[in-house]
Amino acid sequence: MAATLYRKVFDLHTVRRLPTGQTQLFIGLHLVHEVTSPQAFDMIRARGGRVPFPGRTVATVDHIVPTDGSPRPFADSMAEEMLRALERNCRDFGIRFFELGSDGQGIVHVIGPELGLTQPGMTIACGDSHTSTHGAFGALAFGIGTSQVRDVLASQTLAVEPLKVRRIEVDGALGRGVSAKDAVLAILGRLGVKAGAGFAYEYGGAAVEAMSMDERMTLCNMSIEGGARAGYVNPDATTFADLKGRPFAPQGEAWDRAVRWWSSLASDPGAAYDDTFRMDGSALEPMVTWGINPGQVAPVTGRVPRPEELSADARAPLAEALEYMGLEAGRPVAGIPVNVAFIGSCTNGRLSDLREAARVATGRRVARGVRALVVPGSNAVRKAAEAEGLHEIFREAGFEWRDAGCSMCLAMNPDRLVGRETCASSSNRNFKGRQGSPTGRTLLMSPAMVAAAAIAGEVADVRTMLR
Amino acid sequence: MSAIRTIEGRGLPLPGDDVDTDRIVPARFLVAVTFEGLEKHVFEDDRAARKGSASPHPFDEPAFSGAAILLVNRNFGCGSSREHAPQAIRRWGIRAVVGESFSEIFLGNSVAIGLPCVTVEHEAARALQDAVLREPRLPVALDLAGRTVRAGALSFPIALPDAVREAFLSGTWDATGLLLERFEEVEAVAKKLPYVSGF
Ligand code: SF4
Repeated sequence: MAATLYRKVFDLHTVRRLPTGQTQLFIGLHLVHEVTSPQAFDMIRARGGRVPFPGRTVATVDHIVPTDGSPRPFADSMAEEMLRALERNCRDFGIRFFELGSDGQGIVHVIGPELGLTQPGMTIACGDSHTSTHGAFGALAFGIGTSQVRDVLASQTLAVEPLKVRRIEVDGALGRGVSAKDAVLAILGRLGVKAGAGFAYEYGGAAVEAMSMDERMTLCNMSIEGGARAGYVNPDATTFADLKGRPFAPQGEAWDRAVRWWSSLASDPGAAYDDTFRMDGSALEPMVTWGINPGQVAPVTGRVPRPEELSADARAPLAEALEYMGLEAGRPVAGIPVNVAFIGSCTNGRLSDLREAARVATGRRVARGVRALVVPGSNAVRKAAEAEGLHEIFREAGFEWRDAGCSMCLAMNPDRLVGRETCASSSNRNFKGRQGSPTGRTLLMSPAMVAAAAIAGEVADVRTMLR
Repeated sequence: MSAIRTIEGRGLPLPGDDVDTDRIVPARFLVAVTFEGLEKHVFEDDRAARKGSASPHPFDEPAFSGAAILLVNRNFGCGSSREHAPQAIRRWGIRAVVGESFSEIFLGNSVAIGLPCVTVEHEAARALQDAVLREPRLPVALDLAGRTVRAGALSFPIALPDAVREAFLSGTWDATGLLLERFEEVEAVAKKLPYVSGF
């Protein structure tokens, strides 16, 4: 019978039905970072447990890293303690660790695909909600909490409930200056931030098929912003071409056998979906969030909504968002002033993202008074970008060029907003206080749009700046 | 690990949709290697923003101090997967959450630490919040076995996945033990996966 990739991968990894009725699911790749794991390792120790599949867990450090090249020990002694705990835990339990400064280090969702650890048909879990990113390769990847990190360490399995599958088709071709980030922001704008509960999102359609792996990762990354724990794209020639030759990818004849297996896992034609949503990709414009959740979004040529345009139950959230953001209802999105520009994160910190931003920055200057940061998603991205001279372009334009890490995506390292600053950001969350100041404000957009905002000193339509 | 069948105590209404985990525990308090002391930072920024105002944050409202059952609305606990969020709520003294809907990761984390999160219809959620607002000392009782929540004279059906309910009732909500019970079956599945055994 025709089946979705989700169903096939879920069934292949099912160990048994637990007495509670949940499914015990084998986890093929477990990614670990410093924030959500120390308590899990402590729980394993307290129970005298062991890690039976240490080779199926890989660790790195990303959230707490200062990206300005500060040496160890970190100025923040708690952050230093977290890194030491991770180093010790990896050593004690025999887990591979991509340490600070090493070629493999970076944001966990950037390095997994970069190293070829992320492969089609895998189940992937990580104590991090943006684990959905890895679904771009046709994996079933989802975020978990610390107690579940403990469960994976202890048993390489999780107790889960199956998800439904919503097929999201983006037809047509994205226009010039319109990216995967704009597509996913538009999806969030239409479906909202709650519609994904209970679903995995399968992305397809001509626009998705035409996307590079970097772009597919951006798309899948923000599935969680729509409430969907997992998002994926069926593996195809683009997937295989990207994966080939990566350090952990199969080689030689094994590669051919792997491609055959991976191909067999793609959703079958005629597979049934629990729901379908279609969107015309060719009609999309660059998108900008104006509110305090990622579904509060408008095209750059659009306006912030007025209460009377919204349904009754959307009015209170609108009022709360506008008060926090300091924006008037009905004002144009373009022209909102920004104080800070942040290019980076697991959503848009990969090489192609930096290239897009650099294209806009070339020969231009960051507006006076704007603090602008470019933070590569991994050390490998940083090196590749430097080999192309992107760092020079950014520096000449007045951007700071940083080391790899999560940086200003969240407030766990020295890169933070101050006071009521407004930040044009290529990250994924515009929640109140997300970027480190309890009153700081975030406008989510594509990396090219962030570069445009940095240069204009306000939200600007990047399409007018493309040569 | 103990079975969880009923939870009784006073309610704490926290109205609003899409309360994200960055609100519940701001990221700066995640820079630590334990969950200890997180209760001190639950909703820290929201509470600070309303300090001294005419309407303090519900967690600072003296009438609700010592409450055990948090009453919320839609999509509670969305955003970051941080287990620090339910940990902070639990450590503050909340022993169950009743709402219209929850983010799945938050729900999974809550189950794993023995904090039941159950859903009720929109009208029921409102009615419960209103009742407790009017009368903060109203006893609220959640009955997982009987699938109901009561607050004074009000009584509403609650929903939660059968498997989760079963896990609470049987005291197997900490899944590790169950997952290790038949480890040979885990190894058998691993062996059949080409990427584990080698392509
Ligand atoms: S970049 Fe941001 S969203 Fe991604 S893993 Fe780091 S903190 Fe989380």
